[in-house]
Amino acid sequence: MSAAPETSASGLIEASFRGRLGAFALNADFITPAAGVTVLFGPSGCGKTTLLRCIAGLERLPGRLVVEGEIWQDEARFLPAHQRPVGYVFQEASLLAHLSVRRNLLFGFRRTKDEQRIDLDQVVGLLGLEPLLERGVARLSGGERQRVAIGRALMSQPRLLLMDEPLASLDRARKAEVLPYLERLNSDLAIPILYVTHDLAEAARLGDRRIALNGGQTGPVIDSRDGAGDAGLSARLAEVGPDRLFEDLCAGGAPPELAQLTLAALLAGLPPWRAPDQRA
Amino acid sequence: MGEVIWLTVKLAGVTTTLLLILATPLAWWLARSQAWWKEIIGAVVALPIVLPPTVLGFYLLLALGPDSPLMAPFQAIGIRTLAFTFEGLVIGSIIYSLPFAVQPIRNAFQAIGERPFEVAATLRASPMDAFFSVALPLARPGFLVAAILTFAHTIGEFGVVLMIGGGIPGETGVLSIEIYQLVEALEWDKAHQLAALLLVFAFAVMLSLLLIERRTGRLRP
Repeated sequence: MSAAPETSASGLIEASFRGRLGAFALNADFITPAAGVTVLFGPSGCGKTTLLRCIAGLERLPGRLVVEGEIWQDEARFLPAHQRPVGYVFQEASLLAHLSVRRNLLFGFRRTKDEQRIDLDQVVGLLGLEPLLERGVARLSGGERQRVAIGRALMSQPRLLLMDEPLASLDRARKAEVLPYLERLNSDLAIPILYVTHDLAEAARLGDRRIALNGGQTGPVIDSRDGAGDAGLSARLAEVGPDRLFEDLCAGGAPPELAQLTLAALLAGLPPWRAPDQRA
Repeated sequence: MGEVIWLTVKLAGVTTTLLLILATPLAWWLARSQAWWKEIIGAVVALPIVLPPTVLGFYLLLALGPDSPLMAPFQAIGIRTLAFTFEGLVIGSIIYSLPFAVQPIRNAFQAIGERPFEVAATLRASPMDAFFSVALPLARPGFLVAAILTFAHTIGEFGVVLMIGGGIPGETGVLSIEIYQLVEALEWDKAHQLAALLLVFAFAVMLSLLLIERRTGRLRP
């Protein structure tokens, strides 16, 4: 669906899944650079979480997944979840109740075989966890829990960070508390992030790239920053305007809802929080 | 009297230890398996709750006796029968208390849900690793309840012990049998002492169970 960007296959995440889980059908297909933040967004029930779980290996649907040249899944193989170097942040923090904050953070760290580039001090500093370290997890606030969950995922030295609506379970104040940490995450650590949300404003604020998802189907990759990662949608939008582009997308096989969503993501504009000098 | 108490505690201790080791994989399988026939196994495990102890004891007596085909491998190594022996009592107690160990552990495993295991997997823990580092510690209250129930239930059993033990002093003569024999012999004072001891013990058991329940309820996130 999306044209391959001008990077070697080793710097890409190539995912395609096609299959049913109960009554739900997923038909997802995208290629995105393994750098920066790619936001998967769409209404609830559109298959965002299922897609993310397939990428983590928590769900198994027929398909193919290649991350930076490494095959995680194809017809012949399926790498089990615990052998994939991903960090996963669930919608609810899901901390391990029998461990302190420190031991939650170290759970993945102690089990990783890769080179340990991210250490405890760095994560604690980045997410402001110092005062929480020795506490049990039962008495943390929602925002604190989610920060610990993010730190725990980072400590497992992921080569790909998967985040499933990490802000959705938080109220507005807690959201405002965690969001700056998420932004720092992306600028301080060079870990590609796949970020799932139903919130277009969040998608626009955090994402370098956006992929609309509706009814289990993915749209083209939108990279309104420089157009390098997408199928030239930004240029096309400037050229022919939204109405014509909508027709183009539909003619290209996208159902109207998906075309509309893609257009909305395209119009949501540049991510404003990234300083120009930090751009790759 | 000291000998009787020691024998009873020894039986309950050995039974509890062996049963926890046996019940853990069984409870894990019952909690996690998708097999349609798992509840058939679940029913067999739960059977001692509703089966009259004398019925269980009768079948055990046949199974552990010298003419039983189950005893053939033991007879090859010189053990003719396990009926009326301490070892036979341990086997009987394990079967009799099986549901009291399996059920709390199974419930505790089920209460964990899927999520902590998914978390563990995304943090590089293999399924075996997650069993020891996540499932066992999170199910700890269930193990505590299982241990207490098994221990207490073994101390209090009568029917099975009478059938397969026969009350041999120092070998199979446990507390509940001793009380029965004391009453038969009209030694009411001694019977009183042992009965009162068991009453206090039973109260302590119930109290500790309720306290565990309250504590885990409070700790649940």
